[in-house]
Amino acid sequence: MMYASRTRQARPEPFAIRVGLAERLGLAHMDWPLTIATVALAAFSVFTLGQATANDVPGSPHYYVDRQAIYGVLGVVGMLLLTRIDYSRFRELRVGIYTFLCASVSLVFVFGFAARGSRRAFEFPFFSFQPSELGKLLLVLALAGFVIDGARRGSARQRTVRYLCLGLAPAALVFLQPDLGTSMVFVVATLAVMYFGGVPWTHFAVIGAALVALIALVLVAAPAVGVPVLKGYQEQRLTSFLHPSEHASGAGYQQNQSVVAIGSGQKTGRGDRATQTRLDFVPERHTDFIFAVIGERYGFMGAAFVLSLYALLFWRALRIVTLSKNSYGTLVAGGIAVSLLFQVFVNVGMNLGIMPITGIPLPLMSYGGSSVIATFLAIGVLQSINIQARLSQRGRFAW
Amino acid sequence: MYERWNDRPGANKRLALRIAVLGGVAVALFGVLFFRLWDLQVLSGAGYLAEAKNNRTREFKVIAPRGDILDREGNVLVDNRTSLALQLNTQKLPEGPAEERDELRRLGGLAHMSLRKVRRTIRESEEVAAGAPVTLRKDVGYDLVYYLEENQRRFPGVAVQRVFVRDYPDGSRAAHVVGSVGEVSEEELKEPPYKGLEPGDEVGKGGVEYTYDRYLRGEPGLTKIQVNALGQPTPGGQLVSRPPSPGDNLKLTIDPDVQAAGESALAARGLPGAFVTMSVHDGELLGLGSFPTYDPTVFTEPKTQAQVNELYRDPVTAPLTDRATESYYPTGSTFKIVTALAALEGKVITPSTTIVDGGKLTVGTQSFQNAGGASYGALTLVPALEVSSDVFFYELGYDMWDSGQLQRWAAKLGIGKESGLDIPGETEGLVPSRSWRNQLFKEGETERPWSAGDNIQLATGQGDLQTNPLQLAIAYAALGNDGTIVTPHVGKEVEDAAGRVLKEFDPKPRRKIKIDPAHRTAIMEGLHQAAQGPQGTSYGIFGGFPVEVAGKTGTAQRPPHADQSWYAVLAPYPDPRIVTVVTMEEGGFGAESAAPAALQILEAYFEKHASSVSASGTGLAE
Repeated sequence: MMYASRTRQARPEPFAIRVGLAERLGLAHMDWPLTIATVALAAFSVFTLGQATANDVPGSPHYYVDRQAIYGVLGVVGMLLLTRIDYSRFRELRVGIYTFLCASVSLVFVFGFAARGSRRAFEFPFFSFQPSELGKLLLVLALAGFVIDGARRGSARQRTVRYLCLGLAPAALVFLQPDLGTSMVFVVATLAVMYFGGVPWTHFAVIGAALVALIALVLVAAPAVGVPVLKGYQEQRLTSFLHPSEHASGAGYQQNQSVVAIGSGQKTGRGDRATQTRLDFVPERHTDFIFAVIGERYGFMGAAFVLSLYALLFWRALRIVTLSKNSYGTLVAGGIAVSLLFQVFVNVGMNLGIMPITGIPLPLMSYGGSSVIATFLAIGVLQSINIQARLSQRGRFAW
Repeated sequence: MYERWNDRPGANKRLALRIAVLGGVAVALFGVLFFRLWDLQVLSGAGYLAEAKNNRTREFKVIAPRGDILDREGNVLVDNRTSLALQLNTQKLPEGPAEERDELRRLGGLAHMSLRKVRRTIRESEEVAAGAPVTLRKDVGYDLVYYLEENQRRFPGVAVQRVFVRDYPDGSRAAHVVGSVGEVSEEELKEPPYKGLEPGDEVGKGGVEYTYDRYLRGEPGLTKIQVNALGQPTPGGQLVSRPPSPGDNLKLTIDPDVQAAGESALAARGLPGAFVTMSVHDGELLGLGSFPTYDPTVFTEPKTQAQVNELYRDPVTAPLTDRATESYYPTGSTFKIVTALAALEGKVITPSTTIVDGGKLTVGTQSFQNAGGASYGALTLVPALEVSSDVFFYELGYDMWDSGQLQRWAAKLGIGKESGLDIPGETEGLVPSRSWRNQLFKEGETERPWSAGDNIQLATGQGDLQTNPLQLAIAYAALGNDGTIVTPHVGKEVEDAAGRVLKEFDPKPRRKIKIDPAHRTAIMEGLHQAAQGPQGTSYGIFGGFPVEVAGKTGTAQRPPHADQSWYAVLAPYPDPRIVTVVTMEEGGFGAESAAPAALQILEAYFEKHASSVSASGTGLAE
C-alpha cells in the first residue's frame, strides 16, 4: 500500500486508470453525501416527470421519463469516469479546452438546430447536444488554469482585465445564440473563478458598478435612443417579475401561474389533482418550470426536500473547495459550486416569482440531456478534486 | 507555478474569508428561497389553491378549410370562402323558460327568424348532434358581430364563428362530379372513415367530395383559452394551440374545355341528357355532365321551398340525378358494336359474311323492320354499320338468341356492370337474358318467357336493355384500345397547398379481353364509315370534321317517351385517344341532337390538341 502510493507520487500519470485496490479506494474517497444528493435529485426528476408528463407526448406516455432516465444513467457513468481522472490534467489542457469551448459555441451558428428562434444545439439522429451546457464546466476548467498560470504575470489590474476578457468572450457568443440565461451563468462562473483566484475586492466593486451601469444601459438607456440590445421577449421576461400584474399576458402571466401552482400545493401537495401544472397553465413544465410541478404536486414537503438536497450539494461542494490539495482544484471547485448555486437560485427564484424568467434550467431536475449530463460531469470533477485531496493527505500521512 | 496563497488553502486566511463570505451568501440565498416557499405554500397556500381552482380552460375548435378541387389544368372548380356564422350553445341559455324564450326571441330578431323557426332549428340540430353548438344562421354581417360583442351579457351562449363555406366560382360547372358537402350524420359518425369527427363537422356528401373526403377534409386545430369564473377569456390566457391543418387539394382529370363544351352542348338543346368524354387508354374522364344541372351553392345556404321542389320533387327534370352514370337507358344502335363483336368472336359471321337486308326480319308471327322502312340489300359488316342496317343485326341477334353469346359479350365489355367509377351512385343496369326473363316469368312478373324476339331487340340496343352513357363509353373504349376494360375515374392526384403531388390515382384496368385484330379493324372501319363515309348515318355531322373519327348513332325507343338520341364516337381514327358518348332524352334520331353535341365536344378537344394529331397523323397517347 505504501509502496503503491510512493510509485504514484514518483511518476504522476493522471490519466492512467488506477487498477485493483486503488480503484476501490477511488470510490471510497468519493464524497458520498454529494453523490447521494446528486443521484437523488436526478432520480426525483425522473419520478416527477413520470407523474407530470404522461399525457404530453401523444401515444408515448414515457417519452420524457425514458429519455431523462437514460440521460441520468449516462450522467452517472460520465461522473464515475471523471472521478478516475486527476483533474489537474485539465490545467495542462486549458488552451485546448478553451479553444474547444469557443469553437463549439460558435459552430452552432453554422450547424446548429434552430428552436424557437434560437440556435443553441447540434441535432443528431437520436439526441441533440447543446455545447453551452457543457461549456459551463469547460469554462471553469480552462479559466482556472489561466488564472493559476498567469498569477505572477502583469499587475493585478491587468490580470483582472485578462480574466474578464477570457470569460466574457464565450459568454458573448452564447448571448448571441441567443441564450441570455446560459451566458449569465458563464459570467457568474468567470467571476467565481476570479473570486477564488484572489482578485482584489476593490476590483469586484468596480465590476459590480459596471454591471449595474450596463443593466441600466441595456434596459433603459439603449432602448431610449433606439438601440435595442435585448430582444423584446427577453426584456419583457427580465422585467415582468417586477410588476407581474401589469403583464397579465405573456411572460408575467406564466410566472403568475407558476406562483399560483406552487402556492396551491400548500403543505403536502395536490398530487394528481394538480391542475396548474397538469392543464397547461404553467408552460415548460418539464424544463424550466419543473420546480412548480414539484411545488404543486408534492407541496412544501416536496419542494423543501428538493431545496435541501441542493443545499446539501452546495455545502459539500464548498467543503471540497476547502479541501483541495492545490489552488487549481480550489478554483475549479469554487467555479462549479458557485455556478450551480447561481442556477439553482435563479431557476427556483423564477418559479417562485422573485427572479426574472431567464431560461436557466434547474440543474439535474429540468428535462434535457445536455444539462443533466453536463451537471453530472461537473460533480464528477468535484469528486475528483475530493479524491485527489484525500489521496494526497493519505499519502502524506503514510509518508 | 504556485499562487501567492500557497498550496494549503485551509491555512490561508484570505481564502478562508472568501469561502466564509460565499457560504454566508449561500445561506442567505437558500434562506430567501425557503422563506418564499414557506410564504407561498404554508402562509398563503389556501388563497392560491382557491385561485388555482378558479382557473378554468375552454377549448375552441379551429375549423380547417377543406382542400380545393381543381380541374386537370389547375383551374379552381371548388374552393372556400369564409363566412361568419351565428352559433348558439344551448347549454348556456338562461335557466328559466321565460328568460330562455326571451333570449331566443331576441336572437331570432337578429337572425331574421321567427321564434318558432329558432326553436325548430335548435331541435333539428339537437337530433343530429346533441350538445354541439347550433348554427342559427350562416353569412351574418359584421354589424351583427359588433352588436353581439357589445351586448355579450344579454346573449349568453351566443357566439359568432368564422366558418368556411364551399364556393363554386363557375356555378354549376361539373356539379355532378364535384358533389357537395354537408354536416356529418349520426350514422356516418359510427363508421371508421369518420373516426375522430364531431357532430357539426362537414364532410363530403356526394361526388368526389365524398369519395376523396379523407384527403380534402383537413384537420381542425385547437385553441385552449383560460377563462374566469364568468366564462370570459382572461387576457393573455391563451394556453396551447394547435393550428388547423387545411385539407389537401384534389386535382381532377376533367378538362375545362371539354367539360364546358359538353355542358353548353347539352344546355343548348335544353333536353335532359348526359355526356361522357374519356381517355380510352387509362379511363381518365375528361368530361362528364348531366342536364338539367344545378348549382351546388344551394347546399351551402338555406333553401327556399321552390328550390327544394325543383331539386328533389320534379321527377322529369331531376337535376340531382347524374344521367351519365345514374340512368337506365336503352342505347339504340350504338349497341351494335357489342352485337358485332359477339357474332365475330363467336364465329357466327366473319367480316366478309354477307347478309341480305330485305327491309325486315320475320320470326314466327313477329316482324322486325328497319327504321324508316329502308332496305339495303346484300351487306357485309362494314356497310351494315355504315348505314346502320337493323335487319343485319336482327339476323345476328336471332342467330345468337339461344346461345347467351350476346349477353356474355355485353358483360365482358362492362354493359350492365358497375364500372368502379370514383363517384358514388352509379347504376348497374341490366342486359336482358334468358335466365332473367324466365325467372320473371316464373314469378308471374311478365307474360312470356325468353324468346328470340328479346334477343333480336337486344341486338339493336332496344327492348329491356338498361345501361348508361358511362358503360357505353367503357365498351367503346375497349374497342378502341384493343380490349382493355378501363376503370373510369375523375380523381387525378392529391396535392398539398404548395402544389406538391402527394398521391396519384391511376386505377388498374378492370380486365383485359381478347379481340381478334381483324374483327376490331372491321368494326372500327364500319364506325368510321358510319361517321365519315358518304352513306354514313352521321356523315352530315362529321363528314366535314378535319379529324378522322369512328362514331355510331343510336335511336332508342322508350315508350311512352319520344325516341332518345345517342351518339358514341372514338377519335382519332384508327387509333383513338378519346371516346365521347352523348345522349339526349326525346332527342330523336342519333344524328339529330346527340351527334351535333358530340361534335361540339370533339371540336373543343381537338382545338386544344390539334398539333399532336396533325403531327402524328393518328392519335397517340398524350
